[in-house]
Amino acid sequence: MTDYYDSFKKIPGTVIFDATQSRIGYHLNMFAMSLMKEENRLAFKNNEDAYLNTFPMTIDQHAAVRARDYNKMIELGGNIYFLAKIGATDGHSFQKLASLMTGMPEESYRQMMIAGGRSPSMPIGPVEK
Amino acid sequence: MAKIIAGVATSHIPAVGAALDLGKSTEPYWAPVFSGYDRAKEWFKEVKPDAIILIYNDHASAFSLEMIPTFAIGCAPSFAPADEGWGPRPVPTVQGYPELGWHIAQSTILDEFDMTIINKMDVDHGLTVPLSLMFGQPSEWPCKVVPLAVNVVQYPPPTGNRCYQLGKAIRKAVESFESDERIVIMGTGGMSHQLQGPRAGFINKEFDKAFLDGLTADPDGLAKIPHITYVEQAGSEGIELVMWLIMRGALNTSVKEVHRHYHVPASNTAVGHIILENL
Repeated sequence: MTDYYDSFKKIPGTVIFDATQSRIGYHLNMFAMSLMKEENRLAFKNNEDAYLNTFPMTIDQHAAVRARDYNKMIELGGNIYFLAKIGATDGHSFQKLASLMTGMPEESYRQMMIAGGRSPSMPIGPVEK
Repeated sequence: MAKIIAGVATSHIPAVGAALDLGKSTEPYWAPVFSGYDRAKEWFKEVKPDAIILIYNDHASAFSLEMIPTFAIGCAPSFAPADEGWGPRPVPTVQGYPELGWHIAQSTILDEFDMTIINKMDVDHGLTVPLSLMFGQPSEWPCKVVPLAVNVVQYPPPTGNRCYQLGKAIRKAVESFESDERIVIMGTGGMSHQLQGPRAGFINKEFDKAFLDGLTADPDGLAKIPHITYVEQAGSEGIELVMWLIMRGALNTSVKEVHRHYHVPASNTAVGHIILENL
């Protein structure tokens, strides 16, 4: 199993949602999952801290959600398909979330995609025009 | 006996569903995405399958982290569109085919694929976007659908080869189903894309083209691709392409490529689509 996962660690800018991430991120992801219900979205928007406190996540996870720091949430066990529900609750598109994670303005990210996306020869992270 | 007459693969990008639902499909950004599916819409009208077996992955909609089945087959009479955080898509409820679903479940389990059986499930964009691309915006979907959900979210997902072998077992199951019905199998997800982290936006046209070529001509070769190669060369969410191998495994070795469509981008993703008929 170690050999299987070691090879993924060489890929830059990428976190594999393995058993460890899944265990540490369980409550963070289950919080995000709860936002599939309209009543929970309303409760979260009404008082984010109070709603987050109903899930036994860590202080760092709580802070990362409040900061909408998606890379941090992923580092702390979040999975993008779960975290996308936070973005949806904020009214953000998936493309907006992707631009945030790359550190690029949304329009620059959109233009990069129209130009063919981040090709294998391009650097990881923000891309200059 | 029933038979599988063809396989269809397509990406299942949520933004494509949103573009259609919001009436944006003829806008300059989206028109080249949608026009590549005109042939599929005609083809389905000509072929008129009795049912579709639709291979897809759930995106934290029906399955949270509470239960994570590797392969799960929908045996319910119907499946409602899921609320993925924006409210459910305005598309028809999917009519299932419990007799066929149960038959495939039993046959594949006895063939040593330990399938999970689902009797209640909402279906997300992974299943409804491919239906929208094939059929547009009808008041009812034109045929019954057996959903087959594959875990590609929690690592490790099933290997490409396991998926390919499952496809063969599904074909065997269909061919022992007592009816004269004609079935289309669909593999969905992909193509190259990465939705997470600083590498988001990753696209690899060369990998995608080679995968489409291999799907027609060298599926045995594709089945050998390890997970690491998908993540390295097709992006972290490009791993979804293992689901296309279930579709391909259910077809004959020799197939006729009827149609192919490839376009970058749709939101964060390379759109790929192919129609393969059994020879």
